[in-house]
Amino acid sequence: MSVTGILGKKIGMTQVFDEKGEVHPITVLQAGPCVITQLKTAAKDGYDAAQIGLVEFVKASKVTKPQAGHFAKNDVPPVRMIREVPVEIAAAGSEENGSVKAGDKILVDIFSDEKYVDIIGTSKGRGFSGVVRRHGFGGGPKSHGHMFQVQGSIGASSFPSRVLPGTRMPGHYGVDRVTVRNLRIRGIDLEENLIMIEGAVPGPRDGYVLISKAKAPPRERRGFAGSGTVDPLKASKKASSKKK
Amino acid sequence: MSIHPVMQRLADKLNRTDLPAFVAGDTVRVQVKIKEGDKERLQAFEGIVIARKNGAQGSFTIRKMSFGHGVERIFPFNSKVIDKIEKIRSAKVRRAKLFYLRGLRGKAARLKEVERA
Repeated sequence: MSVTGILGKKIGMTQVFDEKGEVHPITVLQAGPCVITQLKTAAKDGYDAAQIGLVEFVKASKVTKPQAGHFAKNDVPPVRMIREVPVEIAAAGSEENGSVKAGDKILVDIFSDEKYVDIIGTSKGRGFSGVVRRHGFGGGPKSHGHMFQVQGSIGASSFPSRVLPGTRMPGHYGVDRVTVRNLRIRGIDLEENLIMIEGAVPGPRDGYVLISKAKAPPRERRGFAGSGTVDPLKASKKASSKKK
Repeated sequence: MSIHPVMQRLADKLNRTDLPAFVAGDTVRVQVKIKEGDKERLQAFEGIVIARKNGAQGSFTIRKMSFGHGVERIFPFNSKVIDKIEKIRSAKVRRAKLFYLRGLRGKAARLKEVERA
């Protein structure tokens, strides 16, 4: 049994070079350390999951009494943020089964064998936004006395005499839960609990994110990093051209 | 905004300190590592630095005339393909980006040389 996710904090972005000398943009995340605050089991709760919390300094006066009781139950320190993550159950009969218990520490090393992760974060707030920013509308002509960022018509006239539900209009944008799947891991620092992810991660710097093992990682295919497979079509062409 | 200590440490690890200081207008020779099969050799790319860009780690652009055609190459400062950089001469320039050189040919595209430490 092993935990499939960890809580983290966005630190910043930079670039790294890979072994080919190519540049990749990366996001540096502080991942953990986390602690299991409660273990949910199929027998008791109807499903298997681990409730994990991000270990960060929390003032004792900021912890509510119900929370304090919850932490005291499993003898864990007060934690900043609590989320539930699924646990992977190893094949039956394997020795690893049942090796996870409440109070266990979770570190970035859970991603050591992984290539991709999914990240859930809260996107940056954009306030009350117009349709051009919020929904990607084209906007109006930029000259000849026009208004630029208006949406135009929101429907027909006497029929249906109403605005259809779900019509895209201005409104609050951002501060949404956003999931980004299959971000490549570019490096893990076990000493400092850092994980480097290729590409951007939702949310501002210092924003909290949930990092989990990729649910549906890309298939291994030709040209896929690390795969040495040969295209059978090209190989046969090469062989036939050599014969000539 | 101040830089996060973790990012600073990461930058210190990535940044190359072996390259000489140069500015726009300098003529430099960049020794570029080229991989051929499993062998590696050096190729020189010599030209005028027409821009330095500051970003997460920054890059610079070098322009040279090659058989009558202008050729520009952009290198990240911390690139692994750079073996070394030699500064050949400096010139008097009044701006940081010398993109106007792209429109000039021959004698008009020369820069006035100055001594700079």
